[in-house]
Amino acid sequence: MEAQASQFMAENPEHAPARRRPAEADSATYDREHRGTVGEVRSEVPRMRCTAVNVHYGDKHAIRDVSLDVGKNEVLAMIGPSGCGKSTFLRCLNRMNDTVVGCRVSGEILLDGKDIMAPDVDVVPLRARVGMVFQKPNPFPKSIFENVAFGPRIHGLAQSQAELEEIVVSSLQKANLWGEVKDRLAHPGTGLSGGQQQRLCIARAIAIQPEVILMDEPCSALDPISTAKIEQLIDELRRNYSICIVTHSMQQAARVSQRTAYFHLGDLIEVGETDRIFVKPQHQLTEDYITGRFG
Amino acid sequence: MSEPSQPVRDSFARVEAGMKRRRAAERRFRFFGKCAVGLGLGFLVILFVSIVGNGYSAFWQTRITLEVTIDEASIDPSGVRDPAVLQAADYGALIKQSMRELFPDVSGRRNRIALYGLVSNGASFDLRDRILADPSLIGTTISLSVAADDDVDMLMKGHIDRGAPEADRRIKDNQLAWIEKLEADDRIGSAFNLDFFSNGDSREPELAGIRGALMGSIYTLFVTLGLSFPLAVAAAVYLEEFAPKNRWTDLIEVNINNLAAVPSIVFGLLGLAVFINFFTLPRSAPIVGGLVLTLMTLPTIIIASRAALKSVPPSIREGALGVGASPMQAVMYHVLPLALPGMLTGTIIGMAQALGETAPLLMIGMVAFIADVPAGVFDPATALPVQIYLWADSPERAYVEKTSAAIIVLLLFLAAMNALAVLLRRRFERRW
Repeated sequence: MEAQASQFMAENPEHAPARRRPAEADSATYDREHRGTVGEVRSEVPRMRCTAVNVHYGDKHAIRDVSLDVGKNEVLAMIGPSGCGKSTFLRCLNRMNDTVVGCRVSGEILLDGKDIMAPDVDVVPLRARVGMVFQKPNPFPKSIFENVAFGPRIHGLAQSQAELEEIVVSSLQKANLWGEVKDRLAHPGTGLSGGQQQRLCIARAIAIQPEVILMDEPCSALDPISTAKIEQLIDELRRNYSICIVTHSMQQAARVSQRTAYFHLGDLIEVGETDRIFVKPQHQLTEDYITGRFG
Repeated sequence: MSEPSQPVRDSFARVEAGMKRRRAAERRFRFFGKCAVGLGLGFLVILFVSIVGNGYSAFWQTRITLEVTIDEASIDPSGVRDPAVLQAADYGALIKQSMRELFPDVSGRRNRIALYGLVSNGASFDLRDRILADPSLIGTTISLSVAADDDVDMLMKGHIDRGAPEADRRIKDNQLAWIEKLEADDRIGSAFNLDFFSNGDSREPELAGIRGALMGSIYTLFVTLGLSFPLAVAAAVYLEEFAPKNRWTDLIEVNINNLAAVPSIVFGLLGLAVFINFFTLPRSAPIVGGLVLTLMTLPTIIIASRAALKSVPPSIREGALGVGASPMQAVMYHVLPLALPGMLTGTIIGMAQALGETAPLLMIGMVAFIADVPAGVFDPATALPVQIYLWADSPERAYVEKTSAAIIVLLLFLAAMNALAVLLRRRFERRW
């Protein structure tokens, strides 16, 4: 492997940094030129519009000048090798990075034309509009009902208990989980299987009727059958929501998304229609990644 | 083909050879572990056997049955049954009278004093209480069971050797003869020592009880729990969940950790200077004891609570924040309930520490001799460990068993507290 690698580097000197794995990506790696983005970053009907977003973790420049749109009713897949910054970028979209000590975000991120980075923006209602599903299913250690009801309750979405129950039921139905849990709503959410837990987390996110749902590798801890169910669900949810999904599985990106963004060491390398990216990538790095030459 | 397989077989052999050593090491380690546990249990058994063996007899008290004639002329000469008069009457004389009637041939002042000394000074109070409760007894003769003097009690419990020379005995020959006569008449016997649980401290061992110290400890711990638990939880939640991480919070953390290691007597001195001298709170009062012990237990509970908060997976916080909970909602609805069992464990450790703490209480005057049972946090009181210390320091033989009995009460209190904590923890852990 090592021999192959050095041979490859000798042949393609411009790719040398790309051969480094993230753990080895020291500050020297980040001194290189910033790479521009290939492809169309803008969407015709944008829900979110990011312009020149930079993220620093302490001294580390984790995201460099990323501009990207999330369209209405589209699934945007973000792919790239580990540590490329796709999760970090995703977490900018609902300002979850605020909770990370030493993390600084700059740039402009518009949600329906309003800058969410403005100092007077309250993150609480923002996160009600931009929901999130995490890599590891993280249901609250409470009942299935309480898991879904928590969001509507704290935001005061339901006027009565009956209304709350209606929201919970419809959210579970939308998350394709209702049939499996309708007889045990009072059971703890942590007692469900991994795939069910993740769908519960999706139900929890859609219970507050967000406009955008961010999904950070939602299927990485799941078996293929659960993954298929979630992918089907994502496709259905697209009708009502914009979805950003970070994934390590290129097949998954190809299956569920309309547009795909390829990140590499903090740069957004290429954006485009999913069909085009996977069939005819324009950037060499994108092609290397999706053909499995590295990553 | 046989060549490459050779080294494999070699390494198997080497592993096999090493296995013997590894298994032996494993066995040795287990043996040491069992030894350690066995040793610990052994000492525990020795402790319990010695304390219970010494202390159980304190729960029984020798009592002497007297026929007391309640003479109206000496108790209530006017005959109006005025409670004030009844309260002040000389009941001791009645007890002495009945003792004289039992032993009519005792003569001489010295002998009579020795005779009266067989029953406790508290006997007259028992009689007074009985008469005050039922004045119609005046003029009749009642059979009254009174506590025997502590020396008689010790003799009956076998702690005084009847065969020893008279000069070495607290019970003299003539007293011994009277006691033997009482035994023959079946007038002397043993009964459950209710006084021990209803009285405060006393200079007379047969009257000394644990109630004063027990109530003092309960009030003190009540104050401690009421102050330290909310303060410590609030401090831990703020420091762990909300405070920015900078030099100041680092400094605070270091200081909290140091505070946990400060000798407790220093807190006592602080309490004396601040709460008593500056804020002029009463001396010897559970409120001051509670405040001082709060200072002492705060760091323990804060450290345990922070550890409990740290152990709540961050994914729970993220999940709550991700659906738009404010940081406070995330903490209140999700993090705190999950951390609560751990916090309770820390609290109970702190409270157990506080319960057993003596040194700081000495500094704030809770070591005083207090015969009354405290009725509130501002009344003078002492605490269980201080009571143990006081009794252990008393010269009378009867205090030896009282000391052990007080230790039993303290340990039972501790066990009850721990049981309550386990119960609470179970409850909170099951709540989904």
